[in-house]
Amino acid sequence: MLIAESQSMLFEAPLPLQSGASIRAYSLSYETYGTLNANKSNGVLICHALNASHHVAGVYADQPNNLGWWDNMIGPGKPVDTDKFFVIGVNNLGSCFGSTGPMHTHPDTGHVYGADFPVVTVEDWVNAQARLLDALGIQQLAAVMGGSLGGMQALGWTLQYPERVKHAVVVASAPNLNAENIAFNEVARRAIVTDPDFHEGHFYAHGVVPQRGLRIARMIGHITYLSDDVMNEKFGRQLRDAVTSNATGYKYSTQEVEFQIESYLRYQGDKFSAYFDANTYLLITRALDYFDPARAFGGDLSKALARATCKFLLVSFSTDWRFSPARSREMVKALLENRLDVSYAEIDAPHGHDAFLLDDARYLNVVRSYFDNMARDFSKGDAA
Amino acid sequence: MSDLLTLQAIARLVPQGARVLDLGCGDGALLAYLQQHKDCNGYGVELSDANVHACVQRGVNVIQLNLDDGLNMFADQSFDVVLQIDTLQHLRNAETMLRETARVGKIGIVAFPNFAHWFNRLSVLQGRMPVTKRLPYEWYDTPNIRVGTFADFGDLARKNKLQVLDAFGLQQGQEVRLWPNLMAGTAVYKLQRG
Repeated sequence: MLIAESQSMLFEAPLPLQSGASIRAYSLSYETYGTLNANKSNGVLICHALNASHHVAGVYADQPNNLGWWDNMIGPGKPVDTDKFFVIGVNNLGSCFGSTGPMHTHPDTGHVYGADFPVVTVEDWVNAQARLLDALGIQQLAAVMGGSLGGMQALGWTLQYPERVKHAVVVASAPNLNAENIAFNEVARRAIVTDPDFHEGHFYAHGVVPQRGLRIARMIGHITYLSDDVMNEKFGRQLRDAVTSNATGYKYSTQEVEFQIESYLRYQGDKFSAYFDANTYLLITRALDYFDPARAFGGDLSKALARATCKFLLVSFSTDWRFSPARSREMVKALLENRLDVSYAEIDAPHGHDAFLLDDARYLNVVRSYFDNMARDFSKGDAA
Repeated sequence: MSDLLTLQAIARLVPQGARVLDLGCGDGALLAYLQQHKDCNGYGVELSDANVHACVQRGVNVIQLNLDDGLNMFADQSFDVVLQIDTLQHLRNAETMLRETARVGKIGIVAFPNFAHWFNRLSVLQGRMPVTKRLPYEWYDTPNIRVGTFADFGDLARKNKLQVLDAFGLQQGQEVRLWPNLMAGTAVYKLQRG
């Protein structure tokens, strides 16, 4: 088993943000796996989605059960093989898993940021990641890879630093969120913000956490990550503990947990609200909402992607309705219009958006072969 | 149709350095050949997971799409050549796809099994559907949802106002220009918009 080690790097210099604000004296948590080769050409950056971190693969020596969130994809002998690639996982600014975020202290005021943490965008994250790569001495990545919001960052890389990426692997992602998607985020945000324990984002000082809001935010998120089919198969209309005193098994109560799906969502909500930061949830969903590279080009994605030069692999999943195959096809179309190399796999999988984190041989094999080819290319380059 | 001679015969029709779209590209062998030997760049379109994987393995660009959903993703005249090699017989919307081939490509190249090959005729005369190297399936398990002939296809091309730039048969990888409708197991057409 791969043993991971969480590292942290401090950046003193202010990072200008898209909003016009800036952030200074921030730190980024990251992990690396594998060995950087002599000409530093085998770097692969993994970008995380909403509820994840720099802990991409392996376990910590002192936490043998804390498995990285993409461990089925990344590691020795895995599709992204750390025996061949130097893989970097980085935690984004504003997160609650180690990098500077709302629960940390503002270097100028000495107070906890809370709601005063600057709004960060996908583009800002990419800029911050680029600084980390500078510090690691990596000029050009063999690949940048991510799923969902992580895929947006991968796409962002190809536009902000086209000369620094040779390949982009964009999984279950979209070139922007549609209205329905923003709507789901807004429901989640309202749940948090209207929780009396939120205290306008400064709840830390009150010694409370808006857990009720976070729970509901997670519940709605979770619904959108699954497919109708999977939910029906897993839970259907099953009751948790049917009463025997009547034929239906219902308790005829409006407040008790009766259906298994209710129980499951409450469990997921409870689990999440115990570790996730409310301000981080607001920040990350906002970053999702704002991402829209075509916006500056009158909505023309093809023009927006004209700056990209790298090769692309896109993957989507048939039952993913949060980041549907149609959204990936939009990106493929725009890449084709720019005559860029692109391959696109549309995996017929039942698991909805969550599929990008699950084991599906077709999906993992396509990624594996894509990276194997990449490895052959740069080993040829090394020999030359 | 994977044997090298046939593949080379098709490749001869593709100009050097062309930008190619291969509809139903299979395992990507033809595209890989065109990339290596004719400096082409291109994309395959495939439905099958196994073939998509095979293409990625070969380093051939592949887009997983169902051709029966159309070619909306591809702009007018955005490719020098659009190939439809042994694809036509699997398509529900073969006529639409033929028009789309000519819309997306400056040149379209279509190849399919010629049902009027003398061997097939003989078989049908004997009251049996042919089972040959070219049409290797029994009638009850064939993936080919339509059969047509070299001559039939000429009619379809005319009906759709497509200009036939070249048409011939292929038999064991050799071009057949004399009586191709009778003498060739494979029909090949090179077309453009009229």
